[in-house]
Amino acid sequence: MEQAVKPSRALRIGLAIFFVGLLATPLAYKRYQQFKAASAVSGGEAQALARYGFYLQESAKASGIDFLHQAPTLDVKLSHIMEQVASMGAAVSIVDFDNDGWPDIFVVNSKEGSHNALYRNLGNGMFRDVAAEVGLADLNEVGTGVSTGAVWGDYDNDGYEDVFIYKWGKPELFHNDGGKHFTRVTEQAGLPPWVNANTAIWLDYDNDGKLDLFVGGYYPENVDLWHLKTTKIMPESFEYANNGGRKYLFHNLGNGKFEEVSEKLGINSRRWSLAAVAADLRGTGYPDIFVANDYGVSELYLNQGGKGFREAGKEAGVGFSPKSGMTAAVGDVLNRGEYAVYVSNISEEGVLVQGNNLWMPQAGAAPGTVHYENMANTFGVELGGWSFGAQFGDLNNDGFLDLYVTNGNVSLDPHRSYWYDYSKVAGGNQAIIADAANWPALDGRSLSGYQHKRVWMNDGEGRFQEVAQMVGVKDVYDGRSVAMADFANNGALDVVVANQRGPLLLYKNTVAPGRHWIEFDLEGQRSNRSAIGAQVNVFWNGEQQLQQVSGGSGFCAQNERRLHFGLGKASAVDRVEIRWPSGTKQTLTAPRVDELHKVKEPL
Amino acid sequence: MIRTVEQNAPASLGKSGNLASGIGRFFSIENRYLPPFLITMILVVGQVKFGLLESFSRTALAIAVAMLLDLLLARLVYGKWPNLASAYITGISVGILLRSPEFWPYALCSAIAITSKYVIRWHGRHLWNPSNFAISAMLILAPAYVATLSVQWGNDIWPMIVVWILGALITWRVKRFHITLTYVISFIAFSALRSVIVGDSFLAEVAPLTGPMYQLFIFFMITDPRTTVKSVRWQCVVAFLVAAAEMILRLANNIHAPYYALTIVGPIAMAIMIWRTSHQQAVSKPADTRSPLARP
Repeated sequence: MEQAVKPSRALRIGLAIFFVGLLATPLAYKRYQQFKAASAVSGGEAQALARYGFYLQESAKASGIDFLHQAPTLDVKLSHIMEQVASMGAAVSIVDFDNDGWPDIFVVNSKEGSHNALYRNLGNGMFRDVAAEVGLADLNEVGTGVSTGAVWGDYDNDGYEDVFIYKWGKPELFHNDGGKHFTRVTEQAGLPPWVNANTAIWLDYDNDGKLDLFVGGYYPENVDLWHLKTTKIMPESFEYANNGGRKYLFHNLGNGKFEEVSEKLGINSRRWSLAAVAADLRGTGYPDIFVANDYGVSELYLNQGGKGFREAGKEAGVGFSPKSGMTAAVGDVLNRGEYAVYVSNISEEGVLVQGNNLWMPQAGAAPGTVHYENMANTFGVELGGWSFGAQFGDLNNDGFLDLYVTNGNVSLDPHRSYWYDYSKVAGGNQAIIADAANWPALDGRSLSGYQHKRVWMNDGEGRFQEVAQMVGVKDVYDGRSVAMADFANNGALDVVVANQRGPLLLYKNTVAPGRHWIEFDLEGQRSNRSAIGAQVNVFWNGEQQLQQVSGGSGFCAQNERRLHFGLGKASAVDRVEIRWPSGTKQTLTAPRVDELHKVKEPL
Repeated sequence: MIRTVEQNAPASLGKSGNLASGIGRFFSIENRYLPPFLITMILVVGQVKFGLLESFSRTALAIAVAMLLDLLLARLVYGKWPNLASAYITGISVGILLRSPEFWPYALCSAIAITSKYVIRWHGRHLWNPSNFAISAMLILAPAYVATLSVQWGNDIWPMIVVWILGALITWRVKRFHITLTYVISFIAFSALRSVIVGDSFLAEVAPLTGPMYQLFIFFMITDPRTTVKSVRWQCVVAFLVAAAEMILRLANNIHAPYYALTIVGPIAMAIMIWRTSHQQAVSKPADTRSPLARP
């Protein structure tokens, strides 16, 4: 018979110490993180300017903006989970609707009968709501659904930005009549009667010089959330749902009419889309479409030379590990002339740690292909909260794109959480989770409410530092939509945040002196006049940064069309290379810094 | 005598020259490689079909740490090479059930699980299911970095049926199905009771049982032979008590109720069994003359 070796007393003690050490490791790590956070406490504007190079001052009311988002009241069958279902709708987009050179703010409301607002930038730091005057206010009439977002683009190339307003309900297209008034052209355009959409973007997928429109459905389009025939309207799975709204791709025929071509061109999905962004991710000259989906994986539609799309999410590495995608934003975060894609998800301490995704393109991909790796953890932009809108922008003009992420889902009773009940049904079989009647009552409880925001400052070397509290971003509203613009035309990117059942916030940005910048306002001639899809690559002091004119990004948002580049201490730019959607290439040599350059596409 | 690894290792099909008998041996009750084989199949199919893992690397890290540490500690503490099937299951369980965007929690959780087997012992037996203990510890100690809300292979009916059939077959073959069955019946009964108490629908209360996380929990965790009591009757009693403890935790809105219930009830049951066994051995000649320490 073999004899087992009896461990010595010393060995047993050593083993016990090792075990205690293992158990203590997370606590020690947490203390270390707390120590690091404590060393970066807010010291006000002066300290923020000195340490981080910028400070954001919330100034909405002081600027004449007094907008409070209101949520809809849906069918009574959803009353037990109303705040959770009606938890989206706050959205903001930036446009210079009257071409006066000052970016304006359009914000939608979501209560039945509530009014949207168009805040005209008066150029003196003040804004005035002119939505009613121009015919864009009263779009939430009972029976037509409610607004969930808007994107601006000059679809008829007449020099003024038109607006597509998407809704949980009847989508609307308005033509901009010379910056004075908007005319409803929905029927002439041939848009569908009802879409429960949470994302839409303008893009010129075939580079024919006319803007096309992509719309992503959330709830199926045959669901009228105010008159439910059934309560079986919820996602069939928390992570693999395929019973959401369909996608639409409206091809601009050029006569004020659009043809729906999604299925014909290879876009055929019923995932629950919450965000989309179009960008030339592979250098083909044609925009690809990245779609972030709730309750599932992201999708990447590769543009086949303007003749169709091929879904390649798995092939590109983004179609695995389903999460709760709620934003899609692109940015050249390492100044390498290529776009990373940021997707926000849900992270709730001790419950669900999905982590946000920063999809970085990997070197060595074959021409015409792209492969991504999620580097959010490595770059330090992973854990936000229940993250919604996010945008890239150089907030401190140091030459690197920073990242603003807003968080928070439903803030009701701060002391009672719905998470336990939410997790019960979230893990259940589709027969259970898909039926709203099975969802436990929210009963006034919060679901990831009162969350702080994230402002991640890019060091340009692959690390982001979270500085929200230190630079003045301290609100805990249920943030949804984030957009950036230089409202003062002073070379500093300001931030606008639309909050669900909360006020519209305007964070005015002060940048430390001595940091240079350059901005571009592009106008297409052979390309679409909004220049959406144009790529601008700025080269300075051994650096380069690529940006594009976007027809919508983030969560239900659109930044200003003008492009802003921070340059750090550099007082000169070597050259600027512009690739227009038409294929035309243009180079600007040594344009002056600290100026906005208006650039027309050469004919 | 010591039951060695070699005695339980599956025979080589090549050596036996008989494919049928080889397969038969592989699917035999005694084959300790059957559960790890099947859980691996579930993992691979789940990843290929659904992409259930953030990446294979995190799961691989959990498995590697578990196996290496088990090798190291078994050699150091008992001076022998261990059978790594148990460590493999621990690692793969951690890799599937733990969810974290970071890498270190996977390594740490596996390390805690394996070390607990060597440290927390009484009369030569470890009290906690290692992966259950470690996951509970991580949830308590590192909630900012880990979670277990696990719905990784969809909510379709067919994958669920396949996993249930496979799981039932495995647990039946290893004579543990009565534990699973008792727990499931108890959970359903307690779901009905909770529904009455809290006012939510019965389906909402029973919903977790229909999810993939529970399929791993009821087939691979609560049935772990090393950490279940010996008699069939008491195994059923313990399964019922786990479900009962879970019900209480659920009434307190505890999201990780199943893990904590097993963490609480499991070692108490084991301790009672060990105490009774040692008490009986004290008054009569023990049937098993092995040194308790010889039993891994």
